[in-house]
Amino acid sequence: MGEAKIEALKKRKLVAPTSLTAFKVEKTEKFSAGDQKAVADLTAEMITKGTWSSTTFKPFNLTNASGVPSAGGHLHPLNKVKTEMRTVLMQMGFEEMPTNQWVESSFWNFDALFQPQQHPARDAHDTFFMEAPSRAQKIPEDYLGRVKEMHEKGGSGSIGWRYDWSEDEARKTLLRTHTTAVSARMLYKMGEEYRRTGVFRPKKYFSIDRVFRNETLDATHLAEFHQIEGFVADRNIGLPQLIGVLRDFFARIGISKLRFKPAYNPYTEPSMEIFGFHPILKKWIEVGNSGVFRPEMLLPMGLPEDVTVIAWGIGCERWTALLYNIRLIKELFSFQQDVAATKKNPMCWLRRAED
Amino acid sequence: MPTVSVFFDSLQKALGTDVTEESFDELCFEFGLELDDVTSQKAMVEKERGTQAAEGLSDRVIFKVDVPANRYDLLCIEGLVRALQIFKGVIPAPLYKLSSPKPVPQMTMTVKKETAQIRPFVVCAILRNVTFDQDRYESFIELQDKLHQNICRRRTLVAIGTHDLSTLKPPFTYEALPPKEILFTPLNQTEEMDGNRMMEVLSAHQQLKTYLPIIRDSPVYPVIYDCNRVVLSLPPIINGEHSKIKLETKDVFIECTATDLTKANVVLNTVVTMFAEYCKEPFIAEPVEVVYADDYPGNTFIKPGDKKIYPMLEPREMTANLARMKQALGLEKLSGEEVRDYLRKMSLPCEVDSKDKELLKVQVPVTRSDLMHECDLIEDLAISYGYNNLETSVPQTVAVSGGQPVNNLSDMVRQELAMAGFTECMNWSLLSQKENFACMRREADPKGAQLTVEKPHEYSATSPSVSVSNPKTIGFEIVRTTLISGILKTLANNKQLPPPIRLFEVGDVVIQEPTREVGCKNVRRLVAVHCNMRSQFSLLHGVLDQLMYSLNCEPQHEQKEGSKRRTFKLEPSDDPAFFPGMQAHIICSGIKVGVIGELHPEVLGKKGFEINMPTSAMELNLEPFLDWL
Repeated sequence: MGEAKIEALKKRKLVAPTSLTAFKVEKTEKFSAGDQKAVADLTAEMITKGTWSSTTFKPFNLTNASGVPSAGGHLHPLNKVKTEMRTVLMQMGFEEMPTNQWVESSFWNFDALFQPQQHPARDAHDTFFMEAPSRAQKIPEDYLGRVKEMHEKGGSGSIGWRYDWSEDEARKTLLRTHTTAVSARMLYKMGEEYRRTGVFRPKKYFSIDRVFRNETLDATHLAEFHQIEGFVADRNIGLPQLIGVLRDFFARIGISKLRFKPAYNPYTEPSMEIFGFHPILKKWIEVGNSGVFRPEMLLPMGLPEDVTVIAWGIGCERWTALLYNIRLIKELFSFQQDVAATKKNPMCWLRRAED
Repeated sequence: MPTVSVFFDSLQKALGTDVTEESFDELCFEFGLELDDVTSQKAMVEKERGTQAAEGLSDRVIFKVDVPANRYDLLCIEGLVRALQIFKGVIPAPLYKLSSPKPVPQMTMTVKKETAQIRPFVVCAILRNVTFDQDRYESFIELQDKLHQNICRRRTLVAIGTHDLSTLKPPFTYEALPPKEILFTPLNQTEEMDGNRMMEVLSAHQQLKTYLPIIRDSPVYPVIYDCNRVVLSLPPIINGEHSKIKLETKDVFIECTATDLTKANVVLNTVVTMFAEYCKEPFIAEPVEVVYADDYPGNTFIKPGDKKIYPMLEPREMTANLARMKQALGLEKLSGEEVRDYLRKMSLPCEVDSKDKELLKVQVPVTRSDLMHECDLIEDLAISYGYNNLETSVPQTVAVSGGQPVNNLSDMVRQELAMAGFTECMNWSLLSQKENFACMRREADPKGAQLTVEKPHEYSATSPSVSVSNPKTIGFEIVRTTLISGILKTLANNKQLPPPIRLFEVGDVVIQEPTREVGCKNVRRLVAVHCNMRSQFSLLHGVLDQLMYSLNCEPQHEQKEGSKRRTFKLEPSDDPAFFPGMQAHIICSGIKVGVIGELHPEVLGKKGFEINMPTSAMELNLEPFLDWL
């Protein structure tokens, strides 16, 4: 047929062009006449009958396939960090404090720490006060009297805060704003033991637990968070030993370069902010707060005058966020936490930093 | 932390032209300050309101410096620069003094008895022959504002009034009168008004309206008059227009009214010592006598008829033990004179005692109200020597180590649940009343509190919760009494995950317990949920069995003779949170330690947490096992 004729048929839509691809197949050396398909799985039968040796297996596709998701469970990143920090502190010889009491009295949360009643932290803007039960009972009476005296008039070389201290204010209950409320209870117990026996036993205490602030929530602030706190109570210790124990602790969790900045904290003097050089972020960041508890806090507890208590506190969420590169703390700890991310979260491996 | 703005050129003038942003940042770190921001008026306005609004504004460089909350003497450029100059050894610490021990005749402030019921204290001072310029004037106003926001607790504790003394005629009186009897023209107003009208007018004022509630409902308002009945101020709200300070003002009268006399003195002394720098005779203030009326009711601080001369600028002598101070910092190698020199750099005049070389006599200036005890001197010595120059060592303290049993057990149980295929959650403990109870179809039972006292280990779904009095949102109304609500909230936010979704949490709930010191107690619980397209109770039941084996218990029906294991059983329950007939209490050694079952469709649907898929759940008290394991 001539080209013109084809064009004419095409126009009348009686024919249409189409293309064909042809392959030519030839036998290779490996060709066998047997009826064999490549199979994916090795079976028990193949092993018992020995047929596996004459079976051809499909090689795995390893380039762009993931396995079937594991059915196993997972631990939460924040708790993984908590567990490691707890282990480190116990390895350093610290004893864990009982922190399972979230509701505290203002007395133990503030007054016992020599924090005056007009202090801004005691404002409703910063602290969750309880509606019910609204007042605490059974605060040791003689100790309460000594705390009142220290606030109002001072003593043991201090001029005190010089204001009218209110017992009712001290009895107000709240959600503890720091675990230092628990440290205060432990130190009071130590003071009582000393008063009773005349023997002071040195202690190294730590805790990791939840604290509460009436904050406006944002990327780095939650109303609930976890605090790592530690203290050493002994004779002949001070700022140099506080720096020493902090260097030891931070080296164990991977930070070897530390700097200390003078700071203000109502119940420690001297006080220091701790700055660490973050090996991954490659910059100095604030990693915690620390100081020596004020004598005005320790002496009413009945501790001997020559005993010093060095203490520090670190935010647990911040560390976890840094370790796991989480930008919004809410994704870690809130009802919006990302369960899928928890499943893929790595272990908390804290490498000891070299000096 | 309060922030103070300082002009970079002023800093260079005071500390030397070699000051750079970096070196200043370093100096701040050493001294315990923080260089927060480097900006200018122009840059600040530009950032907030755009380039156009910023046009023509000054681009003079401003350093914003965060200062510690207890250092009121650093709240203005004058004090900050002075402290750093002393620290760097450029100038010695100034001595603040009175022009004469007694006030000039008539220079008195008489306090009437009625003030005692609303704002009982006042302190005063005079700065003579002051030279203001624009910078100084602005700093003067800003310092008062900073003090009002910080130590004065938004004027509730102390309020400052400053006046042009040349417009007034002493003696002054401090009174408290019914608002309608007080007539004056408030600052920056044109109309004369009484106290009630003032409240009305100022309720629209952006800044001042926040202070009105401090006195609004009082039958009498505090007021200060001169001898011609000119109103100086109506504290803590506003000054009178009459005595307003201007750039040309030479003689400044300062009054601070207060509910806290200690803080009133700190505030007055701060204003005086900071701005006495600009007096013809620098650092000299003129005294005023405050006379409390004979019928003034006494209190802890003032007796009727008391006469006090202010400002009280006398330094307070403090004796410090040199050996103790040095020992606290491991600085035994320092001589007494070296310690003295380090402390002098911190604005603290001091001398080694001439008789006892182990004692240091420190003249604590009124600017350092933060110094209460020797430990404060130790901190100043450490700052002056350099925190980062101290020789450090690890404490040799030997003590017993160990974990809290309840935390040890929790960690083991968490491992068990993760091994059983559940993913851990951590939830907030604060939630709304509705989420904790109504969404769970549960109600608090007031008798539950007593039940907790009688049976401390028993699982209770109806224990009364503790409530927060001042939550910022309804989401923080109460502390959870169950872990189920929280885990369902997290489940709802993660329900896009492929089913089955299996979650758990080990954590505390708080329930009322009237015999406890704070009227409530924490209870350590475990919650686990299994969520799929159809109910699969037996799967969760199996996990419970497995957990109980781990806790050294076995199902009662499985127990063989001779087994020493504790047994548990499931007993039908009627918890409204679960579907009728598909739920049970977990009974171990005769104690109801938990609950397990299929959650009620209403808990899972729109009225509840909107999971919209069958979910089985169990919640268990862990603490009984501490006694049993």
